[in-house]
Amino acid sequence: MQDVTSVVNDVPDLDIEGWACPVPLRDIPSVVMGHGGGGAMSGELIEHLFLPAYGAAAAADLGDSAVLTVGSGTRLAFSTDSFVVKPMFFPGGSIGDLAVNGTVNDLAMSGATPLFLSTAFILAEGTALSDLGRIARAVGRAAEDAGVRLVTGDTKVVEHGSGDGVYLNTSGIGVIPPGVDIHARRALPGDAVLVSGDIGVHGVAVMSCREGLEFGTTVESDTAALHGLVAAMLATGTDLHVLRDPTRGGVSASLNEIARASDVGIELVERLLPVPPTVRDACSLLGLDPLQVANEGKLIAIVPAEDADRVLAAMQAHPLGRSACRIGNCVPDHAGMVVARTGLGGSRVIGLPIGEQLPRIC
Amino acid sequence: MKYLDEFSDPDVAKKLLDQIHAATTQKWALMEVCGGQTHSIIRHGIDQLLPDGVEMIHGPGCPVCVTPLETIDRALAIAARPGVIFCSFGDMLRVPGSSQDLFSVKSAGGDVRVVYSPLDALRIARENPDREVVFFGIGFETTAPANAMTVYQAQRLGVRNFSLLVSHVLVPPAIAAIMESSTCRVQAFLAAGHVCSVMGTAEYPPLARKYKVPIVVTGFEPLDILEGVRRTVVQLEAGRHEVENAYPRAVREEGNVPAMEMLADVFEVTDRTWRGIGAIPRSGWRLSEKYRAFDAEQRFDVTGICTAESSLCRSGEVLQGLIKPHLCEAFGKECTPRNPLGATMVSSEGACAAYYTHRRLELVDAK
Repeated sequence: MQDVTSVVNDVPDLDIEGWACPVPLRDIPSVVMGHGGGGAMSGELIEHLFLPAYGAAAAADLGDSAVLTVGSGTRLAFSTDSFVVKPMFFPGGSIGDLAVNGTVNDLAMSGATPLFLSTAFILAEGTALSDLGRIARAVGRAAEDAGVRLVTGDTKVVEHGSGDGVYLNTSGIGVIPPGVDIHARRALPGDAVLVSGDIGVHGVAVMSCREGLEFGTTVESDTAALHGLVAAMLATGTDLHVLRDPTRGGVSASLNEIARASDVGIELVERLLPVPPTVRDACSLLGLDPLQVANEGKLIAIVPAEDADRVLAAMQAHPLGRSACRIGNCVPDHAGMVVARTGLGGSRVIGLPIGEQLPRIC
Repeated sequence: MKYLDEFSDPDVAKKLLDQIHAATTQKWALMEVCGGQTHSIIRHGIDQLLPDGVEMIHGPGCPVCVTPLETIDRALAIAARPGVIFCSFGDMLRVPGSSQDLFSVKSAGGDVRVVYSPLDALRIARENPDREVVFFGIGFETTAPANAMTVYQAQRLGVRNFSLLVSHVLVPPAIAAIMESSTCRVQAFLAAGHVCSVMGTAEYPPLARKYKVPIVVTGFEPLDILEGVRRTVVQLEAGRHEVENAYPRAVREEGNVPAMEMLADVFEVTDRTWRGIGAIPRSGWRLSEKYRAFDAEQRFDVTGICTAESSLCRSGEVLQGLIKPHLCEAFGKECTPRNPLGATMVSSEGACAAYYTHRRLELVDAK
């Protein structure tokens, strides 16, 4: 039986790096849905269109949030995110919860305590005010639960047909405690890879209310604000190396980004992945990979191996981390790549999703 | 869905693998016909666990991959027309035609919708009587019954604004075409379980006899595939070439009789071009005369659209098992899942895409 590393190391003369599209964006003259999918196409749009266009003004670290030092050394986390989810209401939440929790979580992934949020609504003409009211109330409740204040906002309306229901942007600011340094570049060989609970739940919940899809049981979104869970992890005194919020593109996209940013390999053990039966079955029916399905209330943590049990215990003691588990390790081999050991003992590379996941025909 | 557990049991898998290793005394080349099986083999790393003597050749059985370029171009032309709602299974949206894909048509304002059943498209047609609704009816014998049923219902209900862009293909003629090739290396087939759940197994004994190849009807879960491989190897080692059903929980010898009756009513056999392989006589279905009014190609007059494949692409050789995907000079360079040149890089079930996505490379002799 081959070991995992041989899968990618036994090919002496194949330039894997050269596999990137040599002229990104070359064949796509206009924006397609995949550009917003959180995978390779999103990354290429940033790298090859936005950053060159911004020129010297660009100072983006490309993490979930920017870390800004102000005044006498106070470090702020600053993040923005736009939400265009369809349907606007889904089992377990709505675009309102999502918009608050999503930005709170982006801040939390740098270890920050989220403090202030803005809300900017873009409304399609004809949207029912009752729906807008429900969404606004969900925003208020989620902000209250997360302990953040809604301090500024904006509203715009586009003509009927130019938009679809409600689009919502939230931006947020938080403060990073002294001594905390969490960043996608800090993963080291030997580190443990942890996940805070069941994966793929949000994506399946949203898919389950699209026409024609019924999975026989209601799957509720896992949308939740994770800064309390992060605080509990930090309270263990552990030097958390990396935290990621695996939303669009799922666990696969987040781990690939970490592997590339830190130049480490990541090795997963598939039988340890917490995929609930409902998610597994839905993905099996549709030909999707649970590792690429979105989450909205989960985090991935990369921590020193010697601290993994202590961090796990803290996570499992928190309501949002009860099912937390270790799913793999960072390794010195196959740097920049994520490899999974399959249930049968084989292995496969977990690639970065390209654009949007598409249901397979059969 | 308990099957997903029962048919992935690692202990049972190890026993099956041990039996396969014990049975294998020489080199054999097996072709799994169906793209779903290819996907499962790669997804679970099954090919790494088989003996060196057992080579899996990935067959042409991905319906997305083998849909001809000109059919995609016809779909794009129809989908771009004002007033058309073009419905498709999800993975067809990313399949490139000669210049763009359905995603691009959608981004340019075309009304392209992902549906999970052709009956959804029929419902959309009934809800939008002032629009022309077209469903992209591709696939093997597996997806054809639902498409046939939809056309039957459209006629029964008098839904005149619904039509089907048909590109159905059939497995047995493809097996024959592969075996007739002068460069054929295939010594046995794992037949596609879901195809046989519709069509039964009656078409396969003549093929097994004529070409002296074992044909084992096989499912899609890891243990299904291992059992299919085990039975195939046992036959090969014994010098037998019979048809066996290793997927009895889904496949009966007589198949799904009502579905076959529906197929015989709605479709008729026709010659069909396979992307990456070429024309195979009597290897597809088109709408029968009785239902020809629902044929989108004729309704939208796109039969004149003809396009050629990329000259760089060697997917035909990949589909016939003559080369492994990464031995194609364009693999990973001009040809990636983002910009697929040919059939096998198009769908996640295609052999090239599976190799690219999972970097499932192996030591090979020099290119």
